[in-house]
Amino acid sequence: MIISLTVILLCQLLGEVVAGGLGWPMPGPVLGMLFLLVFLSLRGRIATSVPELGKTLDSTGKGLLAHLSLLFIPASVGVVQRLDVLAEYGIGLAVALVVSTFVTLVVTVVTFVVVSRLSGSSIETPEQER
Amino acid sequence: MTDSAFSLWVYLSQTPLLWLVVTLGAYVIADRISLAFKRHPLCNPVLIAVVAVALVLWATGTSYPIYFEGAKFVHFLLGPATVALAIPLYENRHIVLRSIVPMMVALVVGSVTAIVSAVAIAQLFGMPDPILVSLAPKSVTAPVGMGITEALGGDPSLTAILIMLTGVTGSIMVTPLMNALRMKDWRARGFAVGLASHGIGTARAFQVNSLAGTFAGIAMGLNALVTALLLPFVLRLLLD
Repeated sequence: MIISLTVILLCQLLGEVVAGGLGWPMPGPVLGMLFLLVFLSLRGRIATSVPELGKTLDSTGKGLLAHLSLLFIPASVGVVQRLDVLAEYGIGLAVALVVSTFVTLVVTVVTFVVVSRLSGSSIETPEQER
Repeated sequence: MTDSAFSLWVYLSQTPLLWLVVTLGAYVIADRISLAFKRHPLCNPVLIAVVAVALVLWATGTSYPIYFEGAKFVHFLLGPATVALAIPLYENRHIVLRSIVPMMVALVVGSVTAIVSAVAIAQLFGMPDPILVSLAPKSVTAPVGMGITEALGGDPSLTAILIMLTGVTGSIMVTPLMNALRMKDWRARGFAVGLASHGIGTARAFQVNSLAGTFAGIAMGLNALVTALLLPFVLRLLLD
């Protein structure tokens, strides 16, 4: 597990270094995701020399993702600091957030499905539960 | 309170341990409530836990920076968790590669919709420009959204809050909305919630379906990039 965590953190570190070094508008962890993707595609070869890694990377990563909601709590509690602005523009902001989120969800999902059909990239059993 | 109890409180309230335990405890309870209601959209674990923690802070007169000293250990894990999104992405790589075309079109259309709709509605309410700037990147993951706002002269801490509220709003809305629209393509459902509601939407998508979660994670990453590139231009058109 430690070796898997090291790989994940190393990917994040590489992401931060590249994003910061090149001044890209991408957060380091998102670039780190790309690095881990590259690592995973090479894993077949790496796993033969470090068998432990092949087994634990999936469980470590999925362990982190299983409680993704938890990780948003500390930043979200920050709402207590700006209750003044929310009180002043509360109704307008609430309408803007709710309507905009609604419209964005509908527009995105409809665009995806329509283009998917037009480009012939629909998947065979889309409704299948995994 | 007696003197010794008070001094214990003073000691504990300044250590990371107490607020770390409060954060984890609030989440465990919120997750149990969410499970007890069969993951009903309204029982959003982030929302319940945030309200619970905020009440504890209010009742104990604790400031947010002191709370964050403890909670930052949890906050730190957001980075590695984002990196770990590569694992389901790699597992589903064949489906993802086959979906490149719809993903790219939905990305650009959705990203512009998210910015324009939010700013246009807020303009109707006559909000001043700094608030409009702070609102514009609301669908983007927090570190990027705050960076965008800061560069454009908005208020990053307000952006962080609006981003969080957008995340919770989208997570609550997505399941009933998609069911009402009879959308059965988990790729499209996940992509939409990841684009509109970033990581909190992605967390919700993983609760419902792992393929949806994968596409939500991709949408979150891509939308961060596209919004960072497009927003300055879109905003210039809207605010003139």
